[in-house]
Amino acid sequence: MFAIDRIIDRPPFSLAQREKEELYAAALRELTRHHSKRCPPYRRILDTLDFDPDLAHRVENIPFIPVRLFKEYELASVARPQVFKTMTSSGTSGQAVSRIFLDRETAALQTKALAKITMDFIGAKRLPLLIIDTPSAVKDRSLFSARGAGILGFSMFGRNVTYALDDALRLDLATVEAFSAEHAGKDVLLFGFTYMIWEYFHKELARLKRRLGLGKGILIHGGGWKKLNDQAVDNNVFKHGLQNTCGIERVHNYYGLVEQTGSIFMECKAGVLHASIFSDVIIRRPDFSVCGAREAGLVQLISLLPLSYPGHSLLTEDAGEWLGQDDCSCGRLGKYFKINGRVQNAETRGCSDAYEPA
Amino acid sequence: MTNKEKYDKAFIETFSLKASDLNDTLAYNENPAWDSIGHMSMVAALEDAFGIALETDDIINFSSYKKGFELLAKYGVAL
Repeated sequence: MFAIDRIIDRPPFSLAQREKEELYAAALRELTRHHSKRCPPYRRILDTLDFDPDLAHRVENIPFIPVRLFKEYELASVARPQVFKTMTSSGTSGQAVSRIFLDRETAALQTKALAKITMDFIGAKRLPLLIIDTPSAVKDRSLFSARGAGILGFSMFGRNVTYALDDALRLDLATVEAFSAEHAGKDVLLFGFTYMIWEYFHKELARLKRRLGLGKGILIHGGGWKKLNDQAVDNNVFKHGLQNTCGIERVHNYYGLVEQTGSIFMECKAGVLHASIFSDVIIRRPDFSVCGAREAGLVQLISLLPLSYPGHSLLTEDAGEWLGQDDCSCGRLGKYFKINGRVQNAETRGCSDAYEPA
Repeated sequence: MTNKEKYDKAFIETFSLKASDLNDTLAYNENPAWDSIGHMSMVAALEDAFGIALETDDIINFSSYKKGFELLAKYGVAL
C-alpha cells in the first residue's frame, strides 16, 4: 500500500522539495482516504471540516489534527486484534498521555525509517553504545513509553550496550569511565534524552571534575528542551558543556513526536533540523495560513508512516520556522528548519521531561 | 557444538523456548518473548556465539528463525 513502498529504499535525503511535494500530494491523499475509511472519529473530523478525501488536494490543504486528540480519544485505524503494541508518551503523573496504537506494519515502518535516517548521519557500522539512562527504562515490556521506545530504537545502532545511570538515576562513574577507557580515541555512539543527559550525566561529571576521552564519539539526543530552557541551557550551551565533560565534538539533536515515531528530524553539522523522505514540516500562522521562510509559527508535522492510527498530519504545540530547502551546506535535500520552543500556554510535555525529581 | 546447535541454543536461551519451538513459524513479534527487547538480546547472543558483528540493516531484516540462516551466511556462518 501507499507511495511509501516507492521510496522506502531510497536514500533518506535524496528528494528535492518540489519532487517530494508531488509525491506527498498523492501519498497524503491515499493516507487520508485510508484513515477516513477505517477510523470513524477521524472521518467525523473531516466531515466537520467539509473535507472530501476523495478529491485531490494540495499538501498544505490536507487537514491536520492537534496532537492532544491522541490523549483525549482512542484513535485507531485498525481493529483491536491487529494492535500489537500501544505506545504512550511518558507524561508526568497526573497528566494525560497519548495512546498510539501500532500494528505490525506501522511498527516495522517506524523501525526502518529510524534506521535509514540515523544511518545517514552515523554510517551503517554499529558502534559501541553508551546509553545515558537506566536499564530499568526498558525493563517493563507492558509499559512501552516514548522513553523506552527511544532507547530500544537506538540500541539497533549499538553494540556492547552500556548504561550510564543506575536504577536511581545516579551516574555509574566506574562503568562510564571503563567504557571511556576501553574505547578511547575510537568511534563510539552515545544516546539519551536531552534533559537526562544534562542533569544526571553532564552535571555530575562536572561536579566530580571528571573528563571523559570520547573525542570521536557521536552523541544523539532528543526529547525536548523545555526543562533545560528553564535553566537557560540551549543547544549551544549543551554542546559546549558536553565537549567539556566528554570531549565529544559531534552532537546531533533530533526532534520528533511519539505520535510520529520513526520519522524523526535530525540536526546536521550546520545545526539545523532536516526533514527526510518520510516526513515533512509546514509552519503556520495563528490563522493557520502557511508561513514564509524564516517566519516563526506553529509547527505542523506530516509523516507517511502512520497506517494504524490517523497521525499522518498533526499540529504540534511547538513553535518553529523553516529556514530553507534543498540548499543546506550539509548537502541533504528537502526542507530544513528549527524549533523555537513550546507555544505559550501549551500543555507541558516532552519525553525527556518525563522524570520529575521527588 | 555445530553452528546449528549454537544458533538454536541462542534462541532457546534468549526466548526460553523448547527445541520443538524452533521452526519456520518462529518469527519476530509473533512470540511474546521475541519483541524488540528480546530481539537485541538475541542479536547479542548470536554475536557472542559466532564472534561476528551484524550490521544495522541485517538486524532489521532478521525477521524470523529461518531468515537468520540466510543472514548469517553473509558473515561466513553456515547453518
